[in-house]
Amino acid sequence: MASRIEILNDGGYRSDGRRQYELRDITIDLSQQGQADGSAIITHGLTQVLVSVFGPREAKQRRETIHDRANINVEVAVAAFSTGERRKRSRGDKRILEIAAIIKSTFEPVIQTSIYPRSQIDIFVQVLQQDGGLLQACINGTTLALANAGIPLLDFVCAVTGGVHSTSPMLDLTTLEENDIPHATVAMMPRTGKVTLVTMETRLHVDRFEEIFRLAIDAGKVIHREMKIAVKGRTEALVTAMGSASKVASGGDNDELMQDY
Amino acid sequence: MVEISIRKRPRAEAVVTQRKFFKKTARGKVIKVLRERYLRDDVTCGIGSCSVCASTTAEDLPALGQVHELFPNGHFLLPDTNVFLNQMDLMESALFNPPIILLQTVLEEVRHRSLPLYNRLKAITKMEEKKVWIFYNEYRSETAIVREDGESPNDRNDRGIRKATAWYNSHISLVHRGKQKLPTVVLMTEDVANRQKAEKDGITSISVRKYIEAMKEASQLSDLLSVAGSNELEPTKAVSGRTALYSDYLSPSTLLAGVKAGALHQGHFNANQYNYLEGNVPVPAFTKPILLVGRENMNRAVQGDVVVVEVFDEKEWKAPADEVVDQDATLKDDDAEASEDEGSDDDITAREAKALRSENAAKRILERQPTGRIVGVIKRNWRAYVCHIDSTSLTSSNTTSLSQQTVFATPVSRLLPRIRMRTRQAPTLVGQKILVTIDKWDITSRYPEGHFVRALGKAESKEAEQESLLLEFEVPYRPFGKAILDCLPVEGDKWVVPPKSETSPEWRDRQDLRDLIICSIDPPNCQDIDDALHARPLPNGNIEAGVHIADVSHFVHSDNPMDSEAASRGTTVYLVDKRIDMLPSLLGTNLCSLRPYVERLAFSAIWELTPHAEIVNVRFTKSVIASKAAFTYEEAQIRKDDPNRKDELTEGIRLLNSLAQKLKAGRMAAGALNLASPEVKIHLQSAESSDPIDVEQKEMMETNSLVEEFMLLANISVAAKIQESFPQTAVLRRHLPPPPTNFEKLQDILRKRKGMTLDVSSSGALADSLDKCIDPNLPAFNTLVRIMATRCMLSAEYFSSGSVARDTFGHYGLASPIYTHFTSPIRRYADVLAHRQLSAAIGYTTLHATLHSKSHVERVLEVVNRRHRMAQMAGRASVEFYVGLALKARGQKGQVREEAFVIRTFRNGLGVFVSKLGIEGLVMFKRDTQFDAENYTITVPSSSPNGPEDVTISVFDKVVVDIEVEKDKNTQRGRVKMTLVSPVDSRAL
Ligand SMILES: [Zn+2]
Repeated sequence: MASRIEILNDGGYRSDGRRQYELRDITIDLSQQGQADGSAIITHGLTQVLVSVFGPREAKQRRETIHDRANINVEVAVAAFSTGERRKRSRGDKRILEIAAIIKSTFEPVIQTSIYPRSQIDIFVQVLQQDGGLLQACINGTTLALANAGIPLLDFVCAVTGGVHSTSPMLDLTTLEENDIPHATVAMMPRTGKVTLVTMETRLHVDRFEEIFRLAIDAGKVIHREMKIAVKGRTEALVTAMGSASKVASGGDNDELMQDY
Repeated sequence: MVEISIRKRPRAEAVVTQRKFFKKTARGKVIKVLRERYLRDDVTCGIGSCSVCASTTAEDLPALGQVHELFPNGHFLLPDTNVFLNQMDLMESALFNPPIILLQTVLEEVRHRSLPLYNRLKAITKMEEKKVWIFYNEYRSETAIVREDGESPNDRNDRGIRKATAWYNSHISLVHRGKQKLPTVVLMTEDVANRQKAEKDGITSISVRKYIEAMKEASQLSDLLSVAGSNELEPTKAVSGRTALYSDYLSPSTLLAGVKAGALHQGHFNANQYNYLEGNVPVPAFTKPILLVGRENMNRAVQGDVVVVEVFDEKEWKAPADEVVDQDATLKDDDAEASEDEGSDDDITAREAKALRSENAAKRILERQPTGRIVGVIKRNWRAYVCHIDSTSLTSSNTTSLSQQTVFATPVSRLLPRIRMRTRQAPTLVGQKILVTIDKWDITSRYPEGHFVRALGKAESKEAEQESLLLEFEVPYRPFGKAILDCLPVEGDKWVVPPKSETSPEWRDRQDLRDLIICSIDPPNCQDIDDALHARPLPNGNIEAGVHIADVSHFVHSDNPMDSEAASRGTTVYLVDKRIDMLPSLLGTNLCSLRPYVERLAFSAIWELTPHAEIVNVRFTKSVIASKAAFTYEEAQIRKDDPNRKDELTEGIRLLNSLAQKLKAGRMAAGALNLASPEVKIHLQSAESSDPIDVEQKEMMETNSLVEEFMLLANISVAAKIQESFPQTAVLRRHLPPPPTNFEKLQDILRKRKGMTLDVSSSGALADSLDKCIDPNLPAFNTLVRIMATRCMLSAEYFSSGSVARDTFGHYGLASPIYTHFTSPIRRYADVLAHRQLSAAIGYTTLHATLHSKSHVERVLEVVNRRHRMAQMAGRASVEFYVGLALKARGQKGQVREEAFVIRTFRNGLGVFVSKLGIEGLVMFKRDTQFDAENYTITVPSSSPNGPEDVTISVFDKVVVDIEVEKDKNTQRGRVKMTLVSPVDSRAL
């Protein structure tokens, strides 16, 4: 009642024992999920999402067909048990639509859609559990699922949240932290170091923002390393399973691009 | 560049690190909460030169601990939560400095239980003479634990504390590998069961008392021990079988549920200064506060406690007492040593019942208010109180006696109950001012129980009185520490405005106003000159006027130690003979002070005004000024009135004065109030002796009003500007309109006694009707009514613009839709914030992140508001003390005869106001008088058949009183005593 949890205590620890610039534990599971062409389960701490990618495949509906490139369709669903409030978020929920729109606009320029004219790529994001950094998990999961599906990407997209407590910046926020301090989600492309997305969830001052921006770019590189290891591991596992180790280096466009990430 | 890394969480640790639980919100929703925790191996132990943790900082604990009689090989103390909760005075004592390991578990529990104690604990960890290391045991892999099934949170924490103690002891054996004599980490706890468990685990543990008794300073330290929470102090006498005087509090959950359902009410407890058996609790549900009558209904609440009240049935509602009931007189001769059964103490009970009798007699329907009883306490507001020992409560006054005695400590404040305490130093403490804290208040004890903290010195000595005043109003008065002084410019008092140049950072974007004819006007001997002014005619017939304020934010940067200190002090406190600065004096009285003839940095507001004082435009700029003169109000007034003076400076003052008069007229027309508060000036003999020789009322001159008008104008203009730029966090000041019910009693008195009405429908209406309250025979009557009206109002407050509704921004007294404080940044912290925001609003600097945060601004302003209130009260109390001294110096037999006005009537006395001295007092009658509560009169029956007739005295009557300062025989507490001389001599009554 009287005392809330301290966001950053005098010893420099956050409420979950991390220091300012420590990211939460990341686990990535790229194994086959159902009928999807590529899928990924990613966890950042206690936040967990499953992303399934179908396609490229023939567009189901004519009006969604684009003659010179693939159409990207994103749907987000939140499991009823995933979040604080036990209420089912409908597909029409504002926050969900917003996340879907952000994913679509973030990945449209990254996916080489012109290779697949008149076709469709479906991205289904399922939020399994939430404890802050939802958008970051959705974006990182989508990158992994697309790569896993063998869809050629110009670059990975790596996202992280950052916030400021008083004057101390911190990365990868939990729900508790997001509720308390101004924060933003930043997505970057590690190869070029270019930022593709910035969403401010709350008012943040310009000076503070620059600091977070720089930190988030560095943090993106760290997350990228984790993602690369996971994708490489998955490719090797598949190749071993197929018994043809010689094909590793030339597994198509996808793998070639992968070397640069 | 910082290093960014991923905290890996091994799967096996999941049991300890993840938590899911369901929580019910205030609105009844069930929420699933997910928490995780990362365990680490790099949480350091803090023991000096520890080779295992490989981290050494200056604040480390000594490598071998400290030798104690019981621990010859050295030891570290590891206290549990209750030790800090109950024995903070001991922990703070300068005589108590063992190396202490403070566990995160303990720190968080203290924070959860009591924020004030937590803040004191945090202060201890930062004291240089204390050796305290905070060990984050919940994050270290070996010491983190989870609550087991069926384990209470308390037991879980106790187990965690024991585990950390055990870990430290094994860690020490690693640190000092191979050594024979190892220091011990000792668990300090008052919980016997916990000590037994510790022993079973092979952990050394000790009680507070046992630990202290083996120290050299045992006798001084044991006085500091609190009686609360210890199960080892031998009980006072026969605890069992005592009758309860009070009812038990309801459980916290019952209280919360009751408040939520609207059946119970929560609020702050206010004691009645005239009647110690009465108090009230203002709550949102009723316009009038809930009245509490009698000890049982006040149920152990102390001034400021957050309590929960149950309201009685409406037919049991009462009016506040019309009688003065004095605690010292009524409770005289009560035995401090608790009798076996306080409940059956017929004598005291009967006396108190008699004191309450008038309640049943009076049927003042109008004054009836909700009445109830306290059923629980949400939060205690107990602190250390300045007290005197009641000498009659001593069982032995032999000064060499060191036997423990139970005595009464009488607080200086009339709002507090006397406190029962035990001490070995009683005889030496008589006649001194001492600090006492309350530890507990049991249902079987008439009085709260507390303990002695420290002595402040002989009563009535200036030092003791001054310090007790500062403590009583919680004014921080420690000298500024090194970290704070390090924030001052390195040049010290050699600092000057550098020569004007393109490259000088001081001159960047600053306007050069050194040639302007600027002057300052202040009270005599003003050291901290915040403001200076100028005015000159413009070619277009308009007038340029400027207010130049010390550029404090140039020197005080956001978020450094000096800034934090200023924020926590909130304001400079002015006592009669002492000033407790908000900022170090190098800034306040020198570098920031806008002294004449030297160049100073300023923040200027410059208006173009028509000759009718209409604002054409306003601009704000950082500037450099060189004041041409520092006047007192009187000097400026004389200069202005001297027709022979035609110089620019004088003309400027005349121009300012004519504008100020129009500005004031405009404000009054808009409905601003002209309020009065008694202000007196104390003449001191000399700066050194500070003996007062006389008291006189402050005189208001035209030039006072001149300065005031321009300060108001500057504040209003700045308020509008920062609100426009920072709609969420602008630092503003408002004065809410008072609820009309506040005026009911004053209106009733005026109607009945004078046939006058007070229209309180708006500030303008009130101002008009106040103007009409004139009694041709009593020139001071109008001022008196204004003083009484002022007391019906709410106090002004600072707020963050995003935190309240836009339509509540207004300043009622000033009749301004928006207002802030900008003009005194040297002595008020809110002004410093307004300066920073204005600086950002004009693009001179960027706004610090903390001033973008609504919650941060709210937090800071909450402190500043409190400090502001306390500073006002401290200032007033200081004046009262000196008025007392002046009376002594002036009167023949320590007695002075003055005219006074009756402002209140009681069944057994009169409340009077002596305007010449600015003090209020009570005239008490020993004999009953005829009291007419309806008409606010008392009638003194004629004392002899052929003597004078019956005399009737009513509110607003002019009387003559003798005033003397009298010392209470038992407590040595000085108090002003007034006796009526005319129209009737009250000594005979
Ligand atoms: Zn160590």
